[in-house]
Amino acid sequence: MTTTFKLSDTAQMTRPQQIDETPGPAFTALMRKHKLTGEEYARVKDILGRIPTMAELGIFSAMWSEHCSYKSSRVHLKRFPTEGPDVVVGPGENAGVVRLSGKLCLAFKMESHNHPSYIEPYQGAATGVGGILRDVFCMGARPIANLNALRFGLRSHQRTPHLVENVVKGIGDYGNCVGVPTVAGNVSFDASYNGNCLVNAMTVGVIHEDRIFKGYATGQGNLVVYLGSATGRDGIHGASMASGSFATSENSERSTVQVGDPFTEKLLLEATLDVLDKGLVVGLQDMGAAGLTSSSFEMAGRAGNGLYMDLDHVPVRTTAMTAYELLLSESQERMLMVIEPHKWEELRAVLDKWQLACTVIGVVTDTGRVQIHHKGLLEVDVPVDPMTDLAPKYERPMRPRVKDALDPEVFNQQVTAAALARGPEALLLAALRDTGDKESIYSQYDQHIGTQTVHGPDAQGAAALWVRSEWADPSEPYLGVLTAAACNERYNRLDAYLGGAHAVLKAARTIAAAGGRPLAITDCLNYGNPEVPEVMADFSAGVDGISLACRELSVPVVSGNVSLYNETDGESIAPTPMIGMVGKIQDVRKSPTATVTESAALYLLCPLKVRPQFGGSLAAKLLDQSLQAGLAPEIDWHAEREGMDFLRLIVDKGQVSACRDVGDGGVITTAAKMVAKSGLGLQLDLALTELARYPELAQYFGEISGAFLICFNSGDESKALQSAATLRYNAVIKVGQVVDSSKISWGPWSMPLKVCHHAFTSALS
Amino acid sequence: MKRFTALGAPRIGLIDFPGSNCDRDCNDAFERHFGIKLIPVWHTEHTLPQVDAVLLPGGFSYGDYLRSGALAAHSPIMGAVKSFVSKGGAALGICNGFQILTESHLLPGALLRNRGRRFICKFVNLAAGSGNSVYQKQLGQRALRLPIAHGEGRYYIEGEGLRRLHDQGQVAFRYADAKGQANDESNPNGAVDNIAGIVSENGRVMGLMPHPERATDRLLGGSVDGLAVLDTFLSSFM
Repeated sequence: MTTTFKLSDTAQMTRPQQIDETPGPAFTALMRKHKLTGEEYARVKDILGRIPTMAELGIFSAMWSEHCSYKSSRVHLKRFPTEGPDVVVGPGENAGVVRLSGKLCLAFKMESHNHPSYIEPYQGAATGVGGILRDVFCMGARPIANLNALRFGLRSHQRTPHLVENVVKGIGDYGNCVGVPTVAGNVSFDASYNGNCLVNAMTVGVIHEDRIFKGYATGQGNLVVYLGSATGRDGIHGASMASGSFATSENSERSTVQVGDPFTEKLLLEATLDVLDKGLVVGLQDMGAAGLTSSSFEMAGRAGNGLYMDLDHVPVRTTAMTAYELLLSESQERMLMVIEPHKWEELRAVLDKWQLACTVIGVVTDTGRVQIHHKGLLEVDVPVDPMTDLAPKYERPMRPRVKDALDPEVFNQQVTAAALARGPEALLLAALRDTGDKESIYSQYDQHIGTQTVHGPDAQGAAALWVRSEWADPSEPYLGVLTAAACNERYNRLDAYLGGAHAVLKAARTIAAAGGRPLAITDCLNYGNPEVPEVMADFSAGVDGISLACRELSVPVVSGNVSLYNETDGESIAPTPMIGMVGKIQDVRKSPTATVTESAALYLLCPLKVRPQFGGSLAAKLLDQSLQAGLAPEIDWHAEREGMDFLRLIVDKGQVSACRDVGDGGVITTAAKMVAKSGLGLQLDLALTELARYPELAQYFGEISGAFLICFNSGDESKALQSAATLRYNAVIKVGQVVDSSKISWGPWSMPLKVCHHAFTSALS
Repeated sequence: MKRFTALGAPRIGLIDFPGSNCDRDCNDAFERHFGIKLIPVWHTEHTLPQVDAVLLPGGFSYGDYLRSGALAAHSPIMGAVKSFVSKGGAALGICNGFQILTESHLLPGALLRNRGRRFICKFVNLAAGSGNSVYQKQLGQRALRLPIAHGEGRYYIEGEGLRRLHDQGQVAFRYADAKGQANDESNPNGAVDNIAGIVSENGRVMGLMPHPERATDRLLGGSVDGLAVLDTFLSSFM
């Protein structure tokens, strides 16, 4: 194995043939395959000062793809608030980092793997988990939790059962083998995902504030080292695939899906943390989308250096691979490292222990260019900065959607009438079936490995982890991390601005219900085709809505990902800005669950200015009403902040045994889910609350923002209510009782407990 | 719960394979609850250090791409473990560790893919069987609640072997309901006779699919029954 590189004079190297740009069908097809416009191709030639080689064309296509360059979204993403006292690393790195306690920080990020998962659900979902794990551990963080947010088409759609089964199995098999618990997530089914499922995976890791590692190719003369699995032809063009729409007639994209190997990932995880801990590496980057290409350009770009690489040294698992294929392969479980030459032997000894292949494939140069040699030819010679700086950036045209002209009040009345016609009892059962128990999913995920899981998915709220670390402030021996993911696609379809804000709020309320303070968010912005002005307007509004909520709640955005072109046959998905949030609770022993286990009085914490709505509601969906009409719940920011502060206060005093944010399907659906698995009955009456001003059906099934159902620990009720007396924008009112009875009753209606329990637990069967 | 002899803390070798992933949890449980630091032993070793017992943790040794535990059974270190056990040494295999013990023929039977073919993670109830091993004596007829997390945990042994297991009192744990009754409903993976864990003839080698190291703090799932199992492991050689 070569340990020193003689820098050949690249100027004298022979260049391979350039592409044939004679206008005609062949050239048009080549451009279309690489998803480059005429203008973009002209810019490629400007940057190079000549016609590109095939490998260079592939590189530009990948690096300038929507997936890698964020060319449609970049101008909007700048509007996110990204700063705050707890932020250690903001957007732009492999993952964001926030301070948790003392020197202990959390590194976390969420990423989409939508397109691959629709084509090949098992491998697509598995490699999605693998990719996000590497983003977190290549910074030096040890992953402690995985989450996932899934969106599928209607359950009656022919492809849905197959997708659910295999996506879940893919996520489980990968995370279980690597040994990271899957602690929370959400899933829903909506017709707009019939042709595009969403698989968003999030990883949270722990890291010491002074040992955060970034991907820089610094130090001229340092070696570029390839680590991990050998390169095959899998995943070639994954990045550009994720940047185009589907047409149902095309099934040929299958060859571009990567295959995961969680065992190698586990070795890579341990080896990476080991070499970073020993200080053997200068720079390190996961070979993710666009593989060797993006990792080399990104590392060189960040450091302002050049790289020379010889592809003849890249370990391959198949024969006769071209430079083009080697550069664009998305074979999984690979890393690119930059090391000082004298550390090579020590590095190799560590990697040998983990049985990982590593090879020197290049050297850091001062040329500012990435130069790549293969079989005697200089296949690639591209200046790094212009490639990034001159990357296309579009301010795509936007046109706000035409709203349904129907008066929202009239719509609310329509939904109410339809609900009464169906029967409120039947509506509750349908709501429980639609949003019910996910046990058949999460029981396939190892939720307990790491022995930190206080509340897993069965607690039905935020996940809570008891983090024991010598880096944390010793005054916090029961330090807790809370995490949740949320997005209501129906609100987003109705109003992309308010929908974005609601996604952040829902995550924040879920964490507040568990007694925690949000620290920061990551986002996965899943939208349709950005070349459709209405979709682009939704995207921009979503960014503004998220930003609004982040400012109002003082929660910064520290990492994220954009997934566009979620479209099949011209049909875009509902806007789905998935929010992943991390929060902190000082004493995780006090964290309540979102479910009850014993009889107790039930209280409602609710904004005084509450107004139930049916726009985008679960009731509207279940009653086949328009999903384009009506209003999403209004937001009273004073009430939202005050309510969450109040919850944190009473949880900190140890007064809360259970708490749940009122969500889909309104107060009754939320309350029924709280008791569904306890074997206990429920009596609910909203007559004394602010909701009593509205029609009875709307009180119970209408959707509202900022409300929580709470059970206090016995003996603590009066103390908690005393604290509640000072609330200015909310009220805490007793609304019922969790009792040992055989029915669930609300207002004038009731259902046998058994029937509700069956609807809830058979949700996914 | 400190357990020290006059000679100091017991020395327990933690056998680490590439792909083991419950090693950190085992370390943490023994250190926090018993004040014992486990001694890591890498799979490439041909000999064991001076130890009183060995622990085989859960995970996916060598990726478990063949049958779970099948490759690990042929690793260099397992030769040393076999000779340690043949001299009466104590061993505990948890989950993948149990699979490695059966694949190495240190315990009878085999662990097959779960009935239903899915990975299962949840808390289960266990009833301790009757027999002469320290596990059975110390845990008696007591009901235990421990989590499982496996895709290949369906214990199987053919009729003659099964009868011998029962006759010799080697069935240590059976999946049961909350009342301690082993029935089909309380059998999560289809294991023969609801068997979740067994001991060797001399009672010193224990293999079980549930994870005792994950049930050592009430905060983490509400059960500390794992402590009793780990404590019994300690008394099997102390």
